[in-house]
Amino acid sequence: MRKTLTIIGFFAVALAGAGWWITTPERVDAGDYADLIGVPARGAVVFHAGGCASCHSAEGASGDKKLVLSGGRAFVSDFGTFHAPNISADPEHGIGDWSVTDLANAMIHGTSPTGQHYYPAFPYAAYSRVRPQDIADLHAYLITLPADATPDRAHDLAFPFTLRRGLGLWKALYVTDGWQVAGDLTEVEARGRYLAEALGHCAECHTPRGVLGGLDRDRWMAGAPNPSGQGTIPNITPAKLDWSEADLIAYFTSGFTPDYDTAGGSMAAVVESLAQLPDADRAALAAYLKRLPAVE
Amino acid sequence: MFKGMTVVGTVLGLAILAGAASGQDAAQKALADATKARQAQMQLYAFNLGLLGGMAKGEVPYDATAASAAAGNLASLAQLDQSRLWPEGSDEMGVEGSKVMAELWQNMPDVMSKGADLVTAATAMEVAAGTDLASLQAAMGPLGGACGACHKAYRVPSN
Repeated sequence: MRKTLTIIGFFAVALAGAGWWITTPERVDAGDYADLIGVPARGAVVFHAGGCASCHSAEGASGDKKLVLSGGRAFVSDFGTFHAPNISADPEHGIGDWSVTDLANAMIHGTSPTGQHYYPAFPYAAYSRVRPQDIADLHAYLITLPADATPDRAHDLAFPFTLRRGLGLWKALYVTDGWQVAGDLTEVEARGRYLAEALGHCAECHTPRGVLGGLDRDRWMAGAPNPSGQGTIPNITPAKLDWSEADLIAYFTSGFTPDYDTAGGSMAAVVESLAQLPDADRAALAAYLKRLPAVE
Repeated sequence: MFKGMTVVGTVLGLAILAGAASGQDAAQKALADATKARQAQMQLYAFNLGLLGGMAKGEVPYDATAASAAAGNLASLAQLDQSRLWPEGSDEMGVEGSKVMAELWQNMPDVMSKGADLVTAATAMEVAAGTDLASLQAAMGPLGGACGACHKAYRVPSN
């Protein structure tokens, strides 16, 4: 009896230890970033491809105001309401005192400078694939943007989602390496894949999720309920999206659909960012979409 | 006698009610008519954009005269007098088929400024379309941005 209890106790401690270990926030190897020199102009492309302003600018901001990354927008989900934080250059309320490594830990592992898990409303499940040089460039660009002293607003979540430690388990389950669209890709298609799967995080809205909020990768880009609660996000695999590459490029440039309506809902903000990219990047995205496996 | 007056009163009352109802019908019809007219204007935008966009995408050969005419139409459409097109109450809740958010009427200065941006973009397209294909292509983005700015702010998302 005593022995059985000891064994049970041993396993309980081991399990708790393993759980603690699995849920420990990960960090990047600082050495990977030490020698990188960020170039702000290249960082601007990373910034627009990543759609940072869509979430981190103030609600209703347009034009130059979208470069004031004061945060504050609310994102309603099944788990509660998330509020985008201030990522302006303000050293106290924003990320003005962050190093490149701090930014890398946030984007690659969803880990804050103080070692806390971020909630995956911040799309590190996609950003985990971003190249170190792009993070260095992005960092160099972000610190050129205006500082804003708006304090962060706390998330409004229901228990048990208030326990950040549990996010380690979520990450272990859903933050994966590698690319979704595999096989032989042309250089253009590969660039499109990087823009779509790493920076652009298109799948965050266009791919459906399971009960725990992880992406259903078997239905990659096959459409999903709208996280805002109204209607659905469309299936953009070739099974449903029959636009030509020229149509897609025109849409990413001007927002015009082939019927000359304009992008609606949250896609309007996405197009505002995509419109800032070089022509070649919009063409690469279009080429990638054409390579997606068709999912009905 | 008393009964007769009651009957007269009732008839009068019903007539007044019917009058009010038909007044209401007329008001509702005016809102629906304005909505239809707005949507017709949007159709005309789309029709003219179709030619410019087709040229921009390389699906239709570039033709300076035809492109100028289409762009000129856009600029004219953007400058039509719209004072009767947007009556308050013709929002998504007030008129079936309307996709306008009620917020539009609470932000008129912003709406007017977005309208002025469209005139600017359409006028720029008028110049660009007659210049050459590269200019036309470059003018599509700002034009789409001007259309989208208002749709994003004041149109009910359709997806």
